[in-house]
Amino acid sequence: MSKRIDVNDLNVYYGNFRAVEGVNINIEARSVTAFIGPSGCGKSTFLRTLNRMHEVLPGARVEGEVLLDGENLYGPGVDPVTVRSQIGMVFQRPNPFPTMSIRDNVLAGVKLNNKRISKSDADALVEKSLTGANLWNEVKDRLDKPGSGLSGGQQQRLCIARAIAVSPQVILMDEPCSALDPISTLAIEDLIEELKTEYTVVIVTHNMQQAARVSDKTAFFNIAGTGKPGKLIEYNDTPTIFNNPSEKSTEDYVSGRFG
Amino acid sequence: MSQTATRTPSPLRKNTLTKNQLPKWAIWAVLAGSLVLGAAVSSLIGFHVVGWALFSAVIFVIAGFLVTLSVEGERKAKDRFASNMIYAAFIVALVPLVSVIWTVLEKGLPGMTSNFLFTSMNGMTGVVDNETVENGTPVLGGAYHGIVGTVLITFWATVISVPVGLLTAVYLVEYSRGGPLSRGITFFVDVMTGIPSIVAGLFAAALFGLIFGPSTRTGFVAAVALSVLMIPVVVRSTEEMLKIVPNELREASYALGVRKWRTIIKVVVPTAISGIASGVTLAIARVIGETAPLLVTAGFVNSINFNAFAGWMTTLPTFIYRQLMNPTSPTNIDPSAQRAWAAALLLILIVMLLNLIARVIARLFAPKTGR
Amino acid sequence: MSNTLTESGSRGRAGDKVFSGIALFAGCLILFVLFCVAVFLLWQALPTFTADPAEITGGSGFWTYIWPIVIGTLIAAAIALLIATPISIGVALFISHYAPRKLSQGLGYVIDLLAAIPSVVYGAWGMTVLAPALVGPYVWLAENAGWIPIFAGPASQTGKTMLTAGIVLSVMVLPIITSLSREIFLQTPKLHEEAALAMGATRWEMIRMTVFPFARAGIISAIMLGLGRALGETMAVAMVLSGGGLIASLIKSGNQTIAAEIALNFPEAFGLRLAELIAAGLVLFVITLAVNMVARWIVSRHKEFSGAN
Repeated sequence: MSKRIDVNDLNVYYGNFRAVEGVNINIEARSVTAFIGPSGCGKSTFLRTLNRMHEVLPGARVEGEVLLDGENLYGPGVDPVTVRSQIGMVFQRPNPFPTMSIRDNVLAGVKLNNKRISKSDADALVEKSLTGANLWNEVKDRLDKPGSGLSGGQQQRLCIARAIAVSPQVILMDEPCSALDPISTLAIEDLIEELKTEYTVVIVTHNMQQAARVSDKTAFFNIAGTGKPGKLIEYNDTPTIFNNPSEKSTEDYVSGRFG
Repeated sequence: MSQTATRTPSPLRKNTLTKNQLPKWAIWAVLAGSLVLGAAVSSLIGFHVVGWALFSAVIFVIAGFLVTLSVEGERKAKDRFASNMIYAAFIVALVPLVSVIWTVLEKGLPGMTSNFLFTSMNGMTGVVDNETVENGTPVLGGAYHGIVGTVLITFWATVISVPVGLLTAVYLVEYSRGGPLSRGITFFVDVMTGIPSIVAGLFAAALFGLIFGPSTRTGFVAAVALSVLMIPVVVRSTEEMLKIVPNELREASYALGVRKWRTIIKVVVPTAISGIASGVTLAIARVIGETAPLLVTAGFVNSINFNAFAGWMTTLPTFIYRQLMNPTSPTNIDPSAQRAWAAALLLILIVMLLNLIARVIARLFAPKTGR
Repeated sequence: MSNTLTESGSRGRAGDKVFSGIALFAGCLILFVLFCVAVFLLWQALPTFTADPAEITGGSGFWTYIWPIVIGTLIAAAIALLIATPISIGVALFISHYAPRKLSQGLGYVIDLLAAIPSVVYGAWGMTVLAPALVGPYVWLAENAGWIPIFAGPASQTGKTMLTAGIVLSVMVLPIITSLSREIFLQTPKLHEEAALAMGATRWEMIRMTVFPFARAGIISAIMLGLGRALGETMAVAMVLSGGGLIASLIKSGNQTIAAEIALNFPEAFGLRLAELIAAGLVLFVITLAVNMVARWIVSRHKEFSGAN
């Protein structure tokens, strides 16, 4: 249920502008990897290339390869839609579908693709996914209410439940807690800890404490200046990055000297 | 600190914040004076209520300006003048609009009988109307054929316009990336919005005339003419509604491995559906009252025609037009006028109802956002 | 082991292709229809230009036939706008900045409804209520201001004159201009307004300093939309004006507009007369198109200054 990701020499372009340059990174299966770095350093952009979500923006393209257990996401004949059903994503702001109930939101990935699913299977999937997202006990009595009626933290866990309902190999999270209050953030962080037993989790965060708390490995991204492409500066075990980084700029960043 | 600030002006007795200000009653005094003076002036040239109101208003605006100028200064006077002009504009605008509605109600209500609603003008000749007037019996004949025609023609126009308009909006918002084609479509949709309705009628008449021979007039030709007017409205309102669907929802759907077309059909359109539906309803309300294009495309008959693809058809607006311009009995026009005004009232009711429905749809089916 | 990334329903991909194809087709259909409008109107109007000038109504060619009604159309629209513009802006300001909040919401709704009243109803009102009511004032104008060419007597005894038609048109375009201007007035940034008031500006000065500059492009496009409607409006003129040749006086029977000319004559027209009317429609189309173009050009020129995007 979980696969590793290997990125080889990846460049990301918006039109003629190179946003991210020469990234090489190996992300282990069943682990939590955090991407940290100052604003605009390309960490979110890079995250999006891991399930080809960047293609939604006009003019975005990549060079290089991203291997999911040895299979290139950008190989010929690969359909981005298939990629995204194997690599799920959770966004910065919770975005449950406003026209759907909580239950339908969880089933969205299945139903929107028009797959036939029996009622009992659907019920089981809803319960399993919501339980997996630590939300089942809070919403089990109001599954038919609109998902937008939940609190921000609950909505975000609903979005995670929605992502894991399609049983992906990898879950990408783009600053999943930045729009949430501290208590909801804690709930999400606990959830991430549990998710890694089954999934490969990659999380972008602005919050260094969060990266230190939840991740096994941390990657630090930086830019030389505005208009320059973002680069992967350092990638190592999380304790090493925070306590004993090998690069000067990493040390400056994690000790709060800039960013 | 604040204590001293409030205490300083008190020895002056007169508050500096209220000096050079007209008392509240002054403006009422000016109004009363203007009314009296207005009455005097208007009686000089023959007293009339409208004249009285007009002269009083002019005097009031000028006097208000002068009085304020003398006490409060030029800036305040200009402000007063502008305010009065704006109030005046509002009242002036209200007069004809109230008059229109009053006329329609006053003249239309007596004609709103079941006879009017459920019979056509088939067999109604000037002789019938003359007898009605001579014997004082209720007016015979009605607009049933017009109601049928209106419903059928509007139905076909909607059937043509909604799919085309909706899909075009989907193309513009979801697929095009600002290329020349999409800019072209946007531009020509704008051009279409400005097409005079009679020209749309001429186009449909010319089109069908070319294919089926000159003077082909059926309900469907009229529906095509109305579609030309309706499509741009549908495109515009749908486009607006699709644009305000947050991109996050599209991304959430893509990230679940859902294809673009399914995302559009199952996520984007349902989120915007209330706005789209209300836009379509407003578009229907706009074309249902069109008269000019129907005159040149659907012709005019007195009998009921249920077939939009053959034979001439009457709609409510053309019914009103014909009854007023060519009364059934040229010597006794009252029965025709009564039928026309009843039809006008019915038409306005339909349009208002559609507007109301549009609002209710927009409110009821709007996706529940927030908490 | 097969590649899990390349296997997947080709059906889904086909669905994407088909759907985007349909959407594209719908968009192109609109272009095609407009193209047809132009081509068919031209095609059917063609006999007018090739025919012997003596056979055209009026007996001396199409342009001699068309120019009086073009002028008539412009006169009617000009009267309508001259009356409607200041009043509409006043009403819009009243609703957006003067009326109490509760009242203004209701008023906005009423104005929208008035914009939806079918033109034939306005026409009916014009011919049965307004025209008879204006006979008196017209007679008075002819007696007291007859030396001005546009008020030259003797005044019409039915009141069905160009001025009446213009007034009816102004009543019709008033809700349109009002409702568009009101929307733009309401969008004026509150911060600007408060900044002006905090400087000690009166309400009118605040409106002149913040609302008008912000809304200029919007007002112009609202007026142009009203103009487009007034130019193309058929029924009100057809029912209110007893038409005739081009004359200067606005209070006598006479003058005609293109749209009314078509509506009144089309049902009985055939052959060359039909072609003439279609050609007239083409001229009307070109005029309204030009008006719309100018409106867009003005709006795009002012856009960067007003911030009303």
